[in-house]
Amino acid sequence: MIEFIPPAFIYMVGALLVPLLRGRVKSAYMLLLPLVSFFFLINAQVGTAWEINFLGFELVPFKVDRLSLVFGYIFHLISLIGIIYTLSIKSDLEYVAGLVYAGSALGVVFAGDLFTFFVFWEMLTVSALWLIWAKRTKASQAAGFRYLMVHVFGGLVLMAGIIMYISEQKSISLGFIGLHSPATYCIFIGMGINAAWPLLHTWLTDAYPESTVGGAVFLSAFTTKTAVYALARTFPGTEELIWIGAVMTAFPIFFAVIENDMRRVLSYSLINQVGFMMVGIGIGTELSINGAAAHAFAHILYKSLLFMSMGAVMFRTGKINATDLGGLYKSMPWTALFCSIGAASISAFPLTSGFVSKSMVIDAAAHGHMSIVWLALVFASAGVFHHSGIKIPFFAFFGHDAGHRVKEAPASMLIAMGIAAFFCIFLGVYPKFLYSILPYPVDFVPYTASHVLFQLQLLMFSALAFTLLLLSGIYPAEIRAINLDTDLIYRKGGRLFYQVMDKSLNAVNRSAERLFVGEFLVGLAKFVRELPAKLLAKICWPFWQTAFDAPDKKTITENLLKRAQSGFYPISIMGIFIAIYFALLFLL
Amino acid sequence: MGPEDKDKKHMFDNPKNVQKVLYGLFGSLVLLLALEPFVHKHPYFAWEESFGFYAIYGFVACVLLVLVAKYVLRPLVKREEDYYD
Repeated sequence: MIEFIPPAFIYMVGALLVPLLRGRVKSAYMLLLPLVSFFFLINAQVGTAWEINFLGFELVPFKVDRLSLVFGYIFHLISLIGIIYTLSIKSDLEYVAGLVYAGSALGVVFAGDLFTFFVFWEMLTVSALWLIWAKRTKASQAAGFRYLMVHVFGGLVLMAGIIMYISEQKSISLGFIGLHSPATYCIFIGMGINAAWPLLHTWLTDAYPESTVGGAVFLSAFTTKTAVYALARTFPGTEELIWIGAVMTAFPIFFAVIENDMRRVLSYSLINQVGFMMVGIGIGTELSINGAAAHAFAHILYKSLLFMSMGAVMFRTGKINATDLGGLYKSMPWTALFCSIGAASISAFPLTSGFVSKSMVIDAAAHGHMSIVWLALVFASAGVFHHSGIKIPFFAFFGHDAGHRVKEAPASMLIAMGIAAFFCIFLGVYPKFLYSILPYPVDFVPYTASHVLFQLQLLMFSALAFTLLLLSGIYPAEIRAINLDTDLIYRKGGRLFYQVMDKSLNAVNRSAERLFVGEFLVGLAKFVRELPAKLLAKICWPFWQTAFDAPDKKTITENLLKRAQSGFYPISIMGIFIAIYFALLFLL
Repeated sequence: MGPEDKDKKHMFDNPKNVQKVLYGLFGSLVLLLALEPFVHKHPYFAWEESFGFYAIYGFVACVLLVLVAKYVLRPLVKREEDYYD
């Protein structure tokens, strides 16, 4: 009797069979995979660990504790929702990539050693890539390639760190690491690239909006949240994370305000939300780690809900830019409703999931008397309402009617959005459910009168600002344009680097070729060819001159040259000179 | 929905409904401020004690956000859509 099968195994092996099945059987089979895996997971005891001896190291391919369980649960839920969502998109490539991707994320969160961790970590990148490339456009190909390059770089940094760390510690077990040596800095940065830290974030805003309709739903859930888990596991209480997180919450909202592509707006707000989790991990108290985990749980649901609603819009209208959208509530009322629920959740309206999770992190910052960080987080909370809470639903579903008269999203998409929307509200109304699965015991009351009132004041006055700016015409009109970000460094920089290298190295190459091949070798060949004849002419001239009426020196030299070139001399003239040389040596 | 309801009047096609939404918003703002004196505060920071701090902060933050994004960030980073091609 098999007692337990690790989720990663079920997902990955299960994924391989998907292309062999057809029709309803395939749909049913794909829906069963997360359910079966979840069934095994809820029967796993906290503290379960599999240990295998491998080349003198203790491999722990599967280990369960409360932190990994929170992420394990939500990864199961969101992969189920994602599968339901993509049922109307018939693409085996996306199904297999999505399942392997989800399986890799589950592999990471249940990895008990650095080796297993790293293997699954890299599989995340490889499988995610296909969700981008599956869109099969030129833009998605290029974005996917850049995604790969950035993550390969991040993976190498992480691997370098892990190898150094293992040789320091003489152990591969995965646990608290903390910043203290070059090895740990490498690990920290390697994880930070996947968490989309400021300046390292552009792979996300570059690639996610180029992925497929369903791919974005998967992508928004796994890579960054796996990194959140990894940092919570290995670097809790690292102060640097507080500041990284605070910057992360604040800067993307400026980009989100002026961005035209709606899925790119969501990508920026994704970074902003992960910033809250970074702050929570950085503070490192039980409340803040709970807050980070709870926020990851809630965030995965409402962020994928928003990506699903924008995906549905794209699926039906073929458009995603705010300049091409508007008024869709008329033809896609359910999608509009679900999107609004997601928007309310990400804005942390009371009775939604964002309210009960985000407030834990903000309160943890207040407990620590971190005034600047606290102000940044509250600013970001107002800002996220502004661009994700209002801008997304307003420009897509309300606002200026762009005239799209399309069908409502397919049933499977509506069901998936409905489930996510249900959980957004359920967690907000009944936070005990979420709090009961957090890593530490929760002693936090989200619904106090002052808390609810102040949150509502913050949000409604942000809404007032939006309304007044819009009515007065100050609100920046959406423009068909792109906005530069730090990916400029490698997108233009890469080309610049190529050109600089082309100009400098190839110039060196060319001049070297001209000098060496074009002049030196030609000269040498000419020299060697002419040397014997010229030398002979020089030596013999005095004799010839006195002996008979010879033609002038020039003619004789030319004659000798001709003979030399046509190989007229039976013996190498050089040979004669060498013989003479040795004879002289012998005699003297 | 089909093309036949192209001319159907929808909720926000009527300017009166848009006005209702706006009045609802303004009304809720007044209510939220009016409730503040009746709520017991437990502030962590001194500024939380002043009346309407969250309301002012939210409003000012969003106005600044939009102004900075529009007048500082956009001129710096805006490029043609085919900039990278």
